[in-house]
Amino acid sequence: MSFLSKKSQQVLSDPLMNNNPITLQVLGICSALAVTVKMDTAVVMTLAVVAVLSVSNTIIASLRKLIPSKVRIIVQLAIIASLVILTDQILKAFMYDISKQLSVFVGLIITNCIVMGRAEAFAMQNPPWKSFLDGLGNGLGYGMILIIVSFFRELLGSGSIFGFQVVPDSFYAAGYENMGLMVLSPGAFIILGLIVWVQRIVADIEEE
Amino acid sequence: MRSNSYTLIFTTIVTVILGFFLSLAVTALKDRQILNVEIDIKKNILRSLDFAPSTENPWTPETVQSIFEDYISSIVINANGETIKGKNPADINSDEDSAMYPVYIKTMNNEIDGYAIPISGKGLWSTLYGYFAVESDGLTVKGITFYKHGETPGLGGEVEKPWFQNNFKGKKFVDNNGKLVGVQIIKGNVDETSIEAYHQVDGISGATMTTKGLNNFLMDDLKTYESFFSRIRTGGGA
Repeated sequence: MSFLSKKSQQVLSDPLMNNNPITLQVLGICSALAVTVKMDTAVVMTLAVVAVLSVSNTIIASLRKLIPSKVRIIVQLAIIASLVILTDQILKAFMYDISKQLSVFVGLIITNCIVMGRAEAFAMQNPPWKSFLDGLGNGLGYGMILIIVSFFRELLGSGSIFGFQVVPDSFYAAGYENMGLMVLSPGAFIILGLIVWVQRIVADIEEE
Repeated sequence: MRSNSYTLIFTTIVTVILGFFLSLAVTALKDRQILNVEIDIKKNILRSLDFAPSTENPWTPETVQSIFEDYISSIVINANGETIKGKNPADINSDEDSAMYPVYIKTMNNEIDGYAIPISGKGLWSTLYGYFAVESDGLTVKGITFYKHGETPGLGGEVEKPWFQNNFKGKKFVDNNGKLVGVQIIKGNVDETSIEAYHQVDGISGATMTTKGLNNFLMDDLKTYESFFSRIRTGGGA
C-alpha cells in the first residue's frame, strides 16, 4: 500500500485491529448476532456494510462544508438510508436467496451505529478520500469480526463452512453432535466475548 | 449559523436528488426482482411436491423453469371443486372475490403424484404465504413450505425450517369417517401412541401464536379445497 501516505494507512488499518468497531468501539453488535449463523450471509452482509459505509462517508465528507449543522444528522440519515435501500434493491435483484436470508437485517444497516457513528465522528471533519478510507477500514473491521464469528458458529453449529459439510460423517456416526447453542444468539455472544478477550490480551489493552 | 432558507433549499435539493436515484434504481431493477419472486414461488411449489435440488442438479432459474414445465400442470377450480376450463392461475385476480382457486398438479410417468395448493393467513406479526401439498389419495400431506413471512427469526420464523416442515409429511387431514379435521400443530411433541397422532405435528417452543394462526388458516384453506379433495378421495377425479 505504498501509494497511501502513512497517515492514510493508519486511517485504514486502525479500525481493523487497534480500534475495531465491534470489539473496541462496541458498535453494531445486534447485526453481528443476527447474520453470523452461516458464513455466506456474513460475507454478503460485510460487503453490504463496506459499500454503504465507504460511500456514505465519501458523500458526507464531500458535502461536509455545505450541510447546515442544524439538520446534519437528518441529512446524514437520508444519505445513509438511500444507500441502504439501494443495496437492498440490488441484492433482491441479483442475490435473491441470500437477500431473503438476510431479510430485515439489510434494512437495519440504516440503524447500525457504525455507519452513523463514522459519519458524525469522522466524515464531518475530514476530506472525502480520508473518509472513504475510514469507511472502508471500519467496514472491513466490522466484517472481519462477522466472518470470524460466523466461521465458528457454522463450523460448530452446523458442521459446515460456506454450506459445505466439513465434519465427516464418521464423526456423526461416532456420536458427535452439532452444537445447537451456536445456532442461537447466545452462541454469538460467547464467541464475541472470547474474541474481545483474546484481542485485548494480544493488543495489551488495559481497562482503567 | 446558516439561514433558515439555506437549510430549506439544501434539504430540498438533497431529498430530490436521493429520491431521483432511488426511483431510478427501483424502476431499473423491478423486472429482475419480479422474475426472482416468480422463480422463488415455483421453487416452493416444487419443494412442497417433494422435489429437491441436488449437487448434480442444482436449482438455477433455468432448471426451475424446465422442471416446472415438465412435471407440473396447473388448473383452476371453483368453490364446488370443479375445474374451470380454459383458465390458469395467472388469470386469477386476487383483488376480486372471484371464487377461483389454483391447484398445481405433479405428474410423474403419466400418473398424478400430488396436488399443491396455496395457503396464507395471519401468524403473530405477519401474513404467512406458502404451499401445502397433498398426495394423490387426497388425504395425506405430501409437504408444506413457506416463502414469505415476517415472523420472529428463531421463534415463529422456524416455520420455514425443514425440521418443522418435515413433520407434516405423511400426516392425514381427514379422519376415518372422511371428516375434515385439518392438521394440528400442538404444544410440545406429539405422543405417537395417541389416537390423535395421525393429524398432529410437533409445535415450536416460543411460537404458540404463530402456530395457532397457522392451524387456523390451514384449516380454512383446506375447507375451501375440501370439495375438490373429497372428489379425489371418492374417486371422482379432478
